[in-house]
Amino acid sequence: MFLKHAALASAMALMTGTALADCQISGNVSIVGNEFPAIHTVANGAAECTGGEVKSNLTADHQKINVAGMQGNPAEYSSAIIANSSVVALMNEDVIRSLDDLVAEYGQDIPKKQLITIGGKVMAVAFMANAQTLAYRKDVLEEIGVDVPKTYEEVLEAAEKIRAAGLSEYPVGGAYKAGWNLAEEFVNMYTGFGGEFFKAGSAEVAINNEQGVAALNMMKALTEYMNPDYLTHDSNATGAEMEAGNVMMMNMWGSRMGNLMDEEGAEEQVYSNITVGAPLTVGGGSIPASTLWWDGWTVAKNISDEDAAATFQAMAHGTSPAILNDETMSQAVWMIEGYTPAPVNDGVFAAISMGTKSYPMLPYQGLLHTALGDNLADFLLGKESAEQALADAEAAYTAAAKEKGFLK
Amino acid sequence: MKHKSFFWFVLPSALAMLLFIFFPIISVIVQSFHVDHEQVIQTVETCDLFGCKESTTIDQEATAALREAKPLGQFAGFATYLDRNHLAVDEVKSTWGSSNGWREFGSQMLNLPFYKAIGFTLTFTFIVTPLVIILGFVIAIAVNSATKALRGPLIFFSLLPMMITPLVGALILFWMVDARGIIGTTLQYLAGDPDLSVKASTPLMWIMLMVYGVWHAAPFAFIVYYAGLQTVSQDTLEAARVDGANRWLQIRHVVIPHLLPLTTFIALMQLMDNFRVFEPIVSFAANAHATSLSWSIYNDLGGETRQLSSAAATSVLTIIGVAILLSPVLVRTWRDFDRK
Repeated sequence: MFLKHAALASAMALMTGTALADCQISGNVSIVGNEFPAIHTVANGAAECTGGEVKSNLTADHQKINVAGMQGNPAEYSSAIIANSSVVALMNEDVIRSLDDLVAEYGQDIPKKQLITIGGKVMAVAFMANAQTLAYRKDVLEEIGVDVPKTYEEVLEAAEKIRAAGLSEYPVGGAYKAGWNLAEEFVNMYTGFGGEFFKAGSAEVAINNEQGVAALNMMKALTEYMNPDYLTHDSNATGAEMEAGNVMMMNMWGSRMGNLMDEEGAEEQVYSNITVGAPLTVGGGSIPASTLWWDGWTVAKNISDEDAAATFQAMAHGTSPAILNDETMSQAVWMIEGYTPAPVNDGVFAAISMGTKSYPMLPYQGLLHTALGDNLADFLLGKESAEQALADAEAAYTAAAKEKGFLK
Repeated sequence: MKHKSFFWFVLPSALAMLLFIFFPIISVIVQSFHVDHEQVIQTVETCDLFGCKESTTIDQEATAALREAKPLGQFAGFATYLDRNHLAVDEVKSTWGSSNGWREFGSQMLNLPFYKAIGFTLTFTFIVTPLVIILGFVIAIAVNSATKALRGPLIFFSLLPMMITPLVGALILFWMVDARGIIGTTLQYLAGDPDLSVKASTPLMWIMLMVYGVWHAAPFAFIVYYAGLQTVSQDTLEAARVDGANRWLQIRHVVIPHLLPLTTFIALMQLMDNFRVFEPIVSFAANAHATSLSWSIYNDLGGETRQLSSAAATSVLTIIGVAILLSPVLVRTWRDFDRK
């Protein structure tokens, strides 16, 4: 019996061994990317390739180093793992190559939908999706007798009831930290109100309008139910507030829901009742007040064709069905064949099916994001009007866009 | 020292300064006078996981030639310095013309990013620097008068804040002043206000940043003064005692004059350091309430689209600011030197 098991086990090992060994490359691969479990899985998958050196530098500061690391010739990094917001920075600086030839030669197995094409050229290959959706405490909503909120207006009503029932003084959470996070929440809310960020086809900003004011007013109304320190809370901090049992409803990243629902960091009463819902709508609109995101990989321009081919093959292997197993399955909403969703991913799928817009891939969106992050807090702090805050953000963006050559 | 040996002595450090300080500054100045090329934007169809839509992108082929010809970008002169995100000359002029009274003018100026940053930077510098000097001096006097056996441990503990990495030290304080932290809860109790939150109030955030600044830098002043105290002439002190001077009078008329050159040194270092205040703003996530020039540079470079020219212009303005701040002290030192 024992021998049989041992034989089976070694046969299995051999099988996986051959499965892994089928990635043969002849060149070197160097990956730069963000640091979270799903990205580690991809980098480890790529490192299984043999025939060349595969190294990776995964850090939360990847955006500060990837452009500089790909500008040299030859580039330090042969592949950058990026999201739809950050691929733009690489394209603006012209440091990534079109993948058309490589897809034709080595990428026949990659499903078409994973290919990110811009102007007909494949610039990146996506492997996971992400979106911010509602996370709520099932038990608390049952206790106050309300249905799961579908709109931000319903969130406000539920929050008032939770507060009145004495269950929590600050029942609403949100990543409202001044800077990138706050700007992202505005982008969500403004999208939910149906706003457009720029005059069509140009880099001229247009956010100081009815939808912009409505979005800010809704954000301010929500902050009345948030911990007063909300301007210092990023998604980690507001997630901790939920795990501590203070926050009962919040808008949270799909990729972080797993952390909220596991046994670590919270009491059973809390983690077993945290539930993932669909993204919220606002102001009677049907498009969710959220944005869709993808993570994908690119290949650097300034490297030899050999290394580029090796990088393409290694990254394709790192995002192939071979990386999916019991441990990696729940790390993300993989856009890889063979992926079976878990309840924790319901939110992101709901976001996709509800027609949530993807975060704009515009060359100048990053500048607007920075300007929003720097200027909206003054309104939430009550220092100025919504119109003034939006006008400030527009002016800051316009000055920056002139420096970057997008506006005259 | 002979001129020749002096030359050989300073040559290595002069070379290092040229390489690591002078050339980078030149490069920053050059950068600040340039902006990116006019970008050729084209409308394209963008397809991702979630479908296709119209979008815009930079026409790289059209821009490549421009980049090749002028890798630095287009020359812009002082345009970056004068725009709204820096000196905001036009905005200041129109505010000057339209506002009624100083109060309104001031508040509108603080709405401009550069003036908001410099407002906090200067307040921080001019409050923290004297407090650091006074506190450092007091600690030095106290430690110096402790018994010999106690001095070692006392010095060690007094130096701790300086040994801790600034970002980490600031984070520790950040958690302590949280509404549920030890200091935050104590403040709520003392104020009798259960909703009091340091992180939510601009004045309290400013105070906390300055408290951190003093906490972090006082050990520097202390150790310099403590070293200085070891050189105070015991004869002069004894003579003062014979003349009937009490402890305060001894400090006032013997110790303080003796330590005055050190005070100049500490003031110089602290003015420079505090003008570059940065770490606590990041650690305290205080940028909604307070920004500094260094933080603006970091913010320009940390976004998804790097704003190199903007960061370069702010850097040059910071250098000018430091030069202006230090000029009285430098002039004084020069005069002292000249007198000799």
